Amino acid sequence: MRIFAYAVAGWLVLVGAMGILRSRNLIQATVSLSVAQSGTYVLLLAIGYQWEGRAPVFSPGSTPTSDVVDPVVQAMALTDIVVSATVTALLLALTIQIEKTHHTVDPDKLQQLKG
Amino acid sequence: MSRRARLLVFALGAAGLAVMFAFAVAGMPPFGTSEHPYRDLAVPAALQHRTANVVSSVNFDQRALDTLGEEVILLSSVIGTAALLRPTRRESRRPATRGGRVSDSTTLLSYLLLPVTVLIGLDVVVHGHLTPGGGFQGGVVLATAVHLLYLAGRYESLQRLRPLSWYVWTEGLSAASFAVLGLVGLALGSGFLANIAPLGSFQSLLSAGTVPILNIVTGAAVAGGGVVLLAQFFAQAIGTTQLPTRRSTS
Repeated sequence: MRIFAYAVAGWLVLVGAMGILRSRNLIQATVSLSVAQSGTYVLLLAIGYQWEGRAPVFSPGSTPTSDVVDPVVQAMALTDIVVSATVTALLLALTIQIEKTHHTVDPDKLQQLKG
Repeated sequence: MSRRARLLVFALGAAGLAVMFAFAVAGMPPFGTSEHPYRDLAVPAALQHRTANVVSSVNFDQRALDTLGEEVILLSSVIGTAALLRPTRRESRRPATRGGRVSDSTTLLSYLLLPVTVLIGLDVVVHGHLTPGGGFQGGVVLATAVHLLYLAGRYESLQRLRPLSWYVWTEGLSAASFAVLGLVGLALGSGFLANIAPLGSFQSLLSAGTVPILNIVTGAAVAGGGVVLLAQFFAQAIGTTQLPTRRSTS
């Protein structure tokens, strides 16, 4: 249990990278990148976890305590997600452009640079 | 490089990464530890500024400068996508045709969910300093709400409810006001993006100083950015047509 969350994080990053490597479709490569990035969310949240820790949100009606999971890594995970979403949007737009100019989305067929 | 060679290189790299990652994990504090030095600094700092949602406090108060950077990343990606997806010379905008059939239940559900989703989005943005949520999360909900109209099968009403220039201006102006709020702090002598507004009372709607203001600004920016972003993809899929190549030279 101790290393389970870390192992999942590492596995997600590697399996995502593997997906990019083996992809024959740029959209699949983009989704694989998102999978790899979700590994970083798991890693961040695993680092900040505390057994029996509460959420770092003291909603009205609750008393503040210091026994909470680490809010700093949660904020970083939020940043991570925003960046991931914007990168995905840009990559998908690029894929549309590539399809328009090269009539293929297979990265292996895009090896020659065209002027 | 052949696929096989590439796979081999990847396997070597992945094995190396896995070994190093294993060493790193072995040297880390145990999973679920009660020792979190950052937490021990962030929680008192949030309580000092009467912010109930510590994550919001980290994002919009303690690390507000980083969030400004994040906002700029979002803005640049919207600009980049719009630039990449603008219609080329060989394409022309065409009025969307009413293609396909949507079942009545889907339409009804989308119409019912539209006001509910807008309300939830506003709630998540406005209470970002009290309950889980904030500008980024609520902004995404708001941007999604508008697109329920598309699910209802009404691309035209989506276009009517979505005068795109409004959202473009919303996105740009709210990102700019984030920076202006920071400059106000600087002008008052407290520092860029310092928490300068009155702090209010803990766990009430008017608390946490500038955190709710920045949350609302961010919510507007994300909602505007999300709508503009999705509009580019919609225009590609529905609103443009590829003219035959031969006619492009004329």
